Amino acid sequence: MDGPFATAFTLIASGDDALLQIIGLSLRVTLGAVAIACVIGLPLGAALALARFPGRGAMIVVSNALMGLPPVVAGLVVYLLLSRSGPLGPLALLFTPTAMIMAQTLLILPIVISLTRSVVEDLWAEYREQLLSLGAGRLRAVPTLLWDGRVSLLTGVLAGFGRASAEVGAVLIVGGNIAGHTRTMTTAITLETSRGNLGLAVALGIVLLTLTLTLNALAWGVGQWARGRLG
Amino acid sequence: MSAPILPLSLEDVTYAPRGAALLSGLTLRVEAGRRLIVMGANGAGKSLFLRLCHGLIDPSAGRRFWASGEPRPEAQAMVFQRPVLLRRSVAANLDYPLALRGLARAARREAVALTLDRFGLAAMADRPARLLSGGEQQRLALARAWAIRPQVLFLDEPTSALDPAATRIIEEMVARFSDEGITIVMTTHDLGQARRLGQDVAFLHRGRLIEHRPAADFFAGPETPEARAFLAGDLIW
Amino acid sequence: MTHSCRVILTAASALGLLVALPAAARDFITVAVTTSTENSGLFGHILPIFEAETGIEVRVVVQGTGQALETGRRGDADVVFVHARAQEETFVAEGYGVERFDVMHNDFVIVGPGDDPARLREAPDAASAMAAIAAAGASFVSRGDDSGTHVAEKALWSAAGIEPAGEWYLSTGSGMGAMLNMAAQLPAYALTDRGSWLGFDNRGPLEIVHQGDPALFNPYGIILVNPKRHAHIKAEQGQAFIDWIISDAGQAAIAGFTIGGEQPFLPATRSE
Repeated sequence: MDGPFATAFTLIASGDDALLQIIGLSLRVTLGAVAIACVIGLPLGAALALARFPGRGAMIVVSNALMGLPPVVAGLVVYLLLSRSGPLGPLALLFTPTAMIMAQTLLILPIVISLTRSVVEDLWAEYREQLLSLGAGRLRAVPTLLWDGRVSLLTGVLAGFGRASAEVGAVLIVGGNIAGHTRTMTTAITLETSRGNLGLAVALGIVLLTLTLTLNALAWGVGQWARGRLG
Repeated sequence: MSAPILPLSLEDVTYAPRGAALLSGLTLRVEAGRRLIVMGANGAGKSLFLRLCHGLIDPSAGRRFWASGEPRPEAQAMVFQRPVLLRRSVAANLDYPLALRGLARAARREAVALTLDRFGLAAMADRPARLLSGGEQQRLALARAWAIRPQVLFLDEPTSALDPAATRIIEEMVARFSDEGITIVMTTHDLGQARRLGQDVAFLHRGRLIEHRPAADFFAGPETPEARAFLAGDLIW
Repeated sequence: MTHSCRVILTAASALGLLVALPAAARDFITVAVTTSTENSGLFGHILPIFEAETGIEVRVVVQGTGQALETGRRGDADVVFVHARAQEETFVAEGYGVERFDVMHNDFVIVGPGDDPARLREAPDAASAMAAIAAAGASFVSRGDDSGTHVAEKALWSAAGIEPAGEWYLSTGSGMGAMLNMAAQLPAYALTDRGSWLGFDNRGPLEIVHQGDPALFNPYGIILVNPKRHAHIKAEQGQAFIDWIISDAGQAAIAGFTIGGEQPFLPATRSE
């Protein structure tokens, strides 16, 4: 395994433009998807935890089940939506980073919703009386609980990030793996593997893993620090 | 202070979730400016009674109404046996209920500073509330309740988890609240505390109010055998 | 409250930034190409020349021939660049493409383990080579994905009068590279094109065991997606690319692409 590691190191050390561009796009797509999934998923998950309405049980089951949605299927759904022959065709978004963000958002959203619901439900059990006493109704409790559950919620967000940064099926279909435009770490790895450049593929994998490790270490550190500080 | 919300009246109030009556036939007035101690054995319904008055639960039958006519006036607060402090700083905990009441940022900052000062919490304003000691947490809970300028304050066994020193501090605070004109409704199973703080006593037995009298009379000679047994330290059912 | 508000606002603006980062507003066309051309590295060689000459950026989406034609049919590419003659002609006949032009060709080769257990090296032509594989029950890995290579493979089987099925016949439904990786590991016989083969590094025991039959001729065609079907098609720029690639300059660029001294694709004009 000396080869791939040496290749990986040389790649990073060279500061190769194409590589930096690929890393940048990967981060942009994945973080973009995580951010959108949070903006939608956090309030929705909290609402599922607090609100009682017909169909709530079904929604919980569906969002739990969708955590296992195969990336290729998410990719196909977005592909059919964005294709020129699809309903959103006129937006001309297929084979763009935006399309990739959309597909990954679809992948992560169920994770964020389900984990948020479970965190907020637990917190609500603890906070319910106190918040009602202070004068916060269920609706007003949503941002309070999200903020007070921020350390636990970070875990859910990280799980989403992990899924997005690792997947290749969805971004390959909707992004098209266009060099310099929609090529990410994972699609580049796929391409190099299919070219038989296993060394380069593994080197890219090492770079990806290093990035993921760094981000997770950062998030874990922040979590530990917050736990210590916030009790 | 806004329009008076007291007295609070309960008329033949029953609380019976899923059919089982946990409180029944309660009729009573909570008068402005008094310190009412709610007593009774474990399971008599003291905590439920406070929650019902405070509006955390609603009567299954009977009426509950405030003098102001509002269904649930804002000028009331409750301190729980184990208060839930938000996972934020001490100052942010004080700010929270004020923000809920729609106070402007500047007014809130002023009110928070005043409260911190008044309760000796200024030095720990930026510390995470969850990391305070038990006594400090209860003090913060009282400060948070006081900050909204309540006309009536409900306290549910506020000192049962505290050591004697912390207990004395809390009792002094309650007495000062009372001096400021805040009506106190408090449960306790500490007879000494009830004697020190009580002006009136309401005695609950199995979800029913069986005595409601000035504290001096109650302690001098309870009318019911249940209350007599309770004061004598007998286990009653 | 103030905290959560601020957090939400920050998140929202960061979001806007991420999503709205405008794709460079340069002139570009989208071209759906087959894996065989991309895997060989051809586009890395010729596209910079075209882009320097015209200023038109070419975004290459790599797919199997079947998927590439479907992409064109849906209007998701301006130009398709594939190698399955019959399917290309259908594509034009049905009105999805404007006209098919010959660009270049190479040839298919049959690769297999160097010790050649089914004796393909001795086969007189490609069809009998395929028959020899079936007769020996030697493992054969198929693309199985309706790609140009798969279409050519099926034509060879039917020329040999064989319906391939059984333990020895592995339909993988994968791209050229993935299939070659499998063939190298098993090892097994496989049909591939010379361009992909030259660009493929992980050969293991594989060698070319059969080549040269005219039936293995592999022509590549380029087609502009019909703007009458899809009004947004960048016909002008797409046609400019087609005109360039079949011009002397484009053909010279293709001829100038070599891998290890070998020329994987032969320009169409030279062969005529």
